Amino acid sequence: MSINTTEKQATDFNVEMPDANGHFGIFGGRFVSETLTAALDELQETYEKLRNDPEFQAEFDKELAHYVGRPSPLYFAERLTEECGGAKIYLKREDLNHTGAHKVNNTIGQALLAKFMGKKKVIAETGAGQHGVASATVAARFGLECKVFMGSTDVERQKLNVYRMKLLGAEVESVTCGTKTLKDAMNEAMRHWVTNVDDTFYIIGTAAGPHPYPMLVRDFQSIIGRETQRQCDEQIGRQPDAVVACVGGGSNAIGMFHPYIKYPEVEMYGVEAGGLGLQGDDHAAPLSKGKPGVLHGNRTYLMEDENGQIMGTHSVSAGLDYPGVGPEHSWLKDVGRAKYVAATDDEAIAAFHKLTRLEGIMPALESSHAIAYAMKLAATMDKDKVIVVNLSGRGDKDIHTIAEMDGVTA
Amino acid sequence: MSRITKTFERLAEEGKKALIPYITAGDPDKATTVPMMHALVEAGADVIELGVPFSDPMADGPTIQLACERSLKHGTSLRDVLGMVAEFRKTDKDTAVVLMGYLNPLEAMGYPEFVEQASAAGVDGVLVVDMPPEEARSVDSMFEEAGLDFIYLLAPTSTEKRIKTIGEVGRGYVYYVSLRGVTGSAAIDVDDVERNLDRIRQHVNAPLCVGFGIQNAEAAARVSEVCDGVIVGSALVSRIADQADSPAQAIKDVSGLAGSMREAMDANAAAEA
Repeated sequence: MSINTTEKQATDFNVEMPDANGHFGIFGGRFVSETLTAALDELQETYEKLRNDPEFQAEFDKELAHYVGRPSPLYFAERLTEECGGAKIYLKREDLNHTGAHKVNNTIGQALLAKFMGKKKVIAETGAGQHGVASATVAARFGLECKVFMGSTDVERQKLNVYRMKLLGAEVESVTCGTKTLKDAMNEAMRHWVTNVDDTFYIIGTAAGPHPYPMLVRDFQSIIGRETQRQCDEQIGRQPDAVVACVGGGSNAIGMFHPYIKYPEVEMYGVEAGGLGLQGDDHAAPLSKGKPGVLHGNRTYLMEDENGQIMGTHSVSAGLDYPGVGPEHSWLKDVGRAKYVAATDDEAIAAFHKLTRLEGIMPALESSHAIAYAMKLAATMDKDKVIVVNLSGRGDKDIHTIAEMDGVTA
Repeated sequence: MSRITKTFERLAEEGKKALIPYITAGDPDKATTVPMMHALVEAGADVIELGVPFSDPMADGPTIQLACERSLKHGTSLRDVLGMVAEFRKTDKDTAVVLMGYLNPLEAMGYPEFVEQASAAGVDGVLVVDMPPEEARSVDSMFEEAGLDFIYLLAPTSTEKRIKTIGEVGRGYVYYVSLRGVTGSAAIDVDDVERNLDRIRQHVNAPLCVGFGIQNAEAAARVSEVCDGVIVGSALVSRIADQADSPAQAIKDVSGLAGSMREAMDANAAAEA
C-alpha cells in the first residue's frame, strides 16, 4: 500500500487538477458520510456547468470589479525592500478588497452559486471571524439568510467581528464542543448542513473540505494569481522569481500559487503558523510538522497525535489556527513544486510592526507571517530579483491583540 | 460465512429482527466497556456496534460527541478498542462486533496493521462513517481477505445510482440512516422509512438495518416491522451520560433499555407470525 506516499516522479504540471473525483495525487477526495453525498453531487454538477459558463463568469467578474473593488493593486514596497537589502518586494494588496481581505473573492463566488441553485439560506464556519464577516456581507448583498458557526472561544476573542456579523444581519451560533475553535465550528456547520441540506448552501471559507470545495474555492481565489501575472507583465515586464503567501487552510496561497504552478521558474513559498516554535506542539503547521490523514472530508496533512486524534493548535493569528490544510498544498509539497516554511508568532508580530512603520500598511497577523518570511528570503537574494507577497488582509482586526501585547488598552 | 451473515440467517429462521446497540468504547471509562457488551448480549443484542472515539465526530449529534469526549479523556485509542474486542471474544464467540467510527484513527494505524489486528481480535465488520465506497475501493479487498465486512450507510437522499453501488460493494448489512441529520436527532417517521426501504430493496440484497431517531422500545418495535434490524445509539449513550459516575448503574440502565427493546420487537414479531 502506498497510501501515505506520493511518488516523486516527474509531475506534469500542465495536467489540470484535481481529477474527476477531486484527488490531487493521494490528497483531497470526498471523505464524507452518505448523508452529504447527494448535496455534494448537486454542488459539483452545478459548478461543472457554471465554471465555464460565460454568463456566470461575467456576473462573477462584475461583482469582483464593482463590489469587491478589483483589481487589487500590485505595490512595490520600496522602503521594505531597502531595509532587507536584497530582492525587490512587491505586495499584492488583497487587504484593499471590500471587507479587508481575500476572503470575499470566494464568498462572492459561492453566494452566486447559491443563487443559481435557488438556495435561500447560507451557512459558514469562521475562526477569527473574517470569513464569517465576508459571508454575512455577501448574504446581505444577495438577500440570503445567513448563519455563522464560530467556536465559543473565538466568539469571546473576536467580539468586534461577532458584532459586525450581527450588524450585517447574520446569526452567530456559538459552538461549545471539542476545542471550541475553528475546526469545531466546521464540524458543527457540517452537522447543520446535513440536517438542512434542501434549502441551505454551505459557504466553506478555505480551499479544504470535500470535493468540489477545494477546487471551487481555488478557482474563485485564482483571480489573485492571474491579476498578479498581468500586473507583473505591465509593471515589471517579467514574472517574479518567487511568490510568498501565508497558509492556514491555504485559500489565499492557492489563489496566488495556482496560476503559477505550470511555471516552474517561479518559486512558491507557503508560510505556516510556527506559533511558539516548531520544536513543540504549540503551532499550526501541518505541512511542516504533521502527517497525512483524513479530516473534514479530505485527505491532507494534519496535526494529529499517534492515535489519529486531531490536536489543538496555536497561533497568534486566529485565521491560521487550523490543524489541517487544503489538499492541493499537500500535493504541491509532496511533488516538490512549492516549499512550505513557518514563521513564529514573534516573527509575525515583528513583521507587522515593520510593515506598518516602513510602508504605512498595517497587515493582518496572518499576512504578517508571509511578510516575515519574505523579508528573510529577500535578504538572501540579489537586488535584481523580485518577490511578490500576497498581503491577504488588513490588520485593523488585530489592533486589539497587538495593543494587549504592548500593554495598551485600545 | 461471516458471523454477521450467520446472525441474520439465524434470525430469519427464528422470525426475529436484529437488535443492534451502539456504545462508544471507553465511555464512561475503559473498564466498563467489555462488561457492558456482555450485558447487552444478555439483554438480547445480536450485533454490537462499538464506537471508536474520535476528536471530530462530524456526523454525530451532541450525545455521541460527548461520549467521544468522555472516552478520549481516558485516552482510549483504536488499539485499546481492539483490545476490548479481544477480551470480549474470550467468552463470547457468537455475537458479531462491528467497529464504527471515523477514518483518521484507522489511517493513523495504517490499513495493513488494522485489518490484521481487527481480524485477530475478532472484529466482524467495520463501518467508517466518512469512508464512502469510491474512496474505499483501494483498500476494500484487504478488508475482504481479512474477513471483515465493510458496512455502508444509505440515506433518504441517496440516489438510485448510489443505492446500486452500495448494493454491490456493501457486505454484512446496510445501515439505513432514517432521517436528514446527525445521530440523536428527532424521532423517526416509520412510514417514510418503509417507502425508502422498498426503494432500496430493489438493489440491495444485504439485510437492511435502520438507525437514527429510535428512542424507545415502542419505536424499536415499529421500525423492526419494516426492516431486518434496529440500530440504537444515542438513546443508550444518553443513559451512560446520566450515570457516567456510576458505571455499574450505567450498565444496568443501558441493558435495561436494550432488553425492553428486545421484548417489544419479539412481541411484535410473534404477533405478526
